[in-house]
Amino acid sequence: MTAAAGRFLILAALLLSSAGAIVGFAAGARRSASGWRLTRGFAYAFAATMAAANVLMMAALLLRDFSVSYVAHVGSRSVPDWVALVSLWSSLEGSILFWGLIIGGYVAIATWRNRALHPEYMPYATAVWLACGAFFAFLLAGPAQPFGSVFPVPADGPGPNPLLQNHVLMIVHPPFLYLGYVGMTIPFGLASAALLTGRLGHDFLRPLRNWLLLPWIFLTVAIVLGGWWAYEVLGWGGYWAWDPVENASFLPWLTATAALHSALLTERKGALKGWTVTLVMATFLLTILGTFMTRSGVFNSVHSFTQSAIGPTILVFLALALFWSIGLLALRIDRLAAEGSLVVGAGREAMFLVNNLLFVLFTFTVLIGTTFPLIVEAVRDVQMSVGRPYFDRMAVPVGVSLLLLMGVGPALPWGRATSDQVQRALLAPAGAGVFAAAIAFALGVRSPWTLVTLGFAGFTTFVTLRELTLPLVRRMRAHGEGFGQALLESQVRRGHRRTGAYVVHAGAVIAFAAIAVSSTMGTSIEVQLREGETAKLGAYELKFVKAERVSEPHREALVARVAVSRGGRDLGTLSPGMNQYENQREPVGTPDVRTSLFEDLYLSALNVDPDSGSLGLHAMINPMVAWIWIAAGIMALGGVVALVPARRLAERPQLEPAVAARVAAQG
Amino acid sequence: MSRGRWAAIGALAAAGAALLAITAGGIGQNLVYYWGPTELHAAGPKAVGASIRLGGLVAPGSIRKGEGASHVEFDVIDRPGGRVHVKCTGVPPQMFREQIGVVVEGTMDKAGYFEGRRLMVSHSNEYRVPGDGEKVDVQKAMRSTQGLDERQKPQEP
Repeated sequence: MTAAAGRFLILAALLLSSAGAIVGFAAGARRSASGWRLTRGFAYAFAATMAAANVLMMAALLLRDFSVSYVAHVGSRSVPDWVALVSLWSSLEGSILFWGLIIGGYVAIATWRNRALHPEYMPYATAVWLACGAFFAFLLAGPAQPFGSVFPVPADGPGPNPLLQNHVLMIVHPPFLYLGYVGMTIPFGLASAALLTGRLGHDFLRPLRNWLLLPWIFLTVAIVLGGWWAYEVLGWGGYWAWDPVENASFLPWLTATAALHSALLTERKGALKGWTVTLVMATFLLTILGTFMTRSGVFNSVHSFTQSAIGPTILVFLALALFWSIGLLALRIDRLAAEGSLVVGAGREAMFLVNNLLFVLFTFTVLIGTTFPLIVEAVRDVQMSVGRPYFDRMAVPVGVSLLLLMGVGPALPWGRATSDQVQRALLAPAGAGVFAAAIAFALGVRSPWTLVTLGFAGFTTFVTLRELTLPLVRRMRAHGEGFGQALLESQVRRGHRRTGAYVVHAGAVIAFAAIAVSSTMGTSIEVQLREGETAKLGAYELKFVKAERVSEPHREALVARVAVSRGGRDLGTLSPGMNQYENQREPVGTPDVRTSLFEDLYLSALNVDPDSGSLGLHAMINPMVAWIWIAAGIMALGGVVALVPARRLAERPQLEPAVAARVAAQG
Repeated sequence: MSRGRWAAIGALAAAGAALLAITAGGIGQNLVYYWGPTELHAAGPKAVGASIRLGGLVAPGSIRKGEGASHVEFDVIDRPGGRVHVKCTGVPPQMFREQIGVVVEGTMDKAGYFEGRRLMVSHSNEYRVPGDGEKVDVQKAMRSTQGLDERQKPQEP
């Protein structure tokens, strides 16, 4: 019964979104106000049916209704209710259903907020969103149907993947990832609308940029949460392995970040419109490619992915979206006439261009390294992978250049800068950079790349702090305001976008420094210990006290108790272990981490035997890792600062006078 | 088209070609091959120094543990006659035992043994020593290996 109701809702969502897409395109072409009203109705109805289908599935998961195929697949009576609920995104069909909820939410909110704005663009944009929604409804109706009927109804199910049950971060990571991934559909629709109408007016850039920034914030948090989860759960002591699944989330982040920068140039100078739109479309295509790579099982084997229909279906959608994007760009890009021209001297504009070039370069190297094994296997039937050194060798120089650029760009004036100006702008930050590298060297940093990174970080920190405080200081001097008043006026009321951007930069600098230090300055040992024996790691003493069995309702755990001390001072007990889940033959390792701002002590059990009292221990000191998570928080905060007040303050677009005059003259 | 635009296109093409050359070289030097003992022997001297994921079964009676159990030696087989001796430093994982599927990351030493850097236990269910004319499906074992699974964050878009 539940299954049939669910199938009905999915079919309704498919019909509503398809009809809405058709009506939307027609309304856009005919500039029909009533057609646009009808399109909005379809958008809201699509969102409502998707939401209803999700509520139905959550209820089935909580009630352990095993007559629904997805519940029979991932549900279990032995798991706690929170695990049952988050099982919604623990497997393929459920995650696509959840995807439908989010795309419905995005489409409804984006439509509602723009219902009275941009009447020439919005029907097209909504039509594109609904077309994407229709595709996911189609996946749910066919290849990834979560509401299949199961008969006879099983008494119990296997439960979700144990790795997902093993840590709380798995509750929050996937929703953020979906919010980031799916959210890129909105700017894609807006960019398509701009190309379809042949215009990218100044008033339309703001929604494009803001709707790009929102999923960018989610994606940033999601990528770091994923790394954090890997770090806390997987037990190999790292947070990033250039795994295809990780790259899939990183690729659209790179192009989205590039697009946020080029959009700024478009906004200020009226130039690079086609390029900005191209980056926005590429971001969406990369999210679909990422969906294909992670959802089709293609990385298990090129030849096995056709076993489920979902891989080829997503591939067809990717091809359609690619043709749509290339076709629109080819036919319409010259209509997006630049309003202003770009003066490229040694000024800030040039740095924006270099920034975009580096981001695109980064995207290509990661994309090639990720897809190369697939192509080789498809063509020559040889299994291989591209090793980590390739990615590191490519990523480090590009990343370090971006770090430096993040300081050089904002330090330079707009327009053509004289070499005298350039020297003056860069001298003080360069001093700060040398100072930072010298301190790092004195503290024992010897890796050349880490020293360079920390030096550049010093440079960029100086510029970022100067740019953050400059308006504040000016205001206090010019208006005689107190610190609090000036802070509010300069950073929040007026320059909130600027403030937000520099806060994001500050977070990024911290992330760069933390990644460089944690990946080059760690130490580790692997030892086999008997009860009572002690291992030494750096200044730490690790005493294996005992191994024991712990029974929980849904799992059995083998836990090693390791007493940690440093210089004779007791630091408590860490308990790395192995969790054995019901219906799973192999145990899942669970590391235990003692986190501090300075360094993490990371213990991972390789083998535990309570009977003979032995422990195989992998112990690591990972310096500064906590700062990566903190940096992500700062970046997200900066993004929110840039985004949130925008709707409350009806700022006038800041076109430069010359550009504004030309726009006015064109009528 | 203006001369400036041609120059820009030329510069972009040159940059693209350079990028392609660098990435192709970078990939070529950093490939990791997924091989069983049979493919390893077939590769001959090419295997020495290359990055390899060696998959197969731990041969019965071949495990020798060194002092402190942080050194282990064993043979990996994938069919009768397809056998490679593996020397591995590091603590073996929980499930490691005879006749279990393993994947070893490492390279072939000139002396004719496989130098393992990382030892992982496979999740595949086939633990039967291959008889005449049989061969272990190394690729299948490879796919179900703990090492692959643990890095792969499951169930994300």
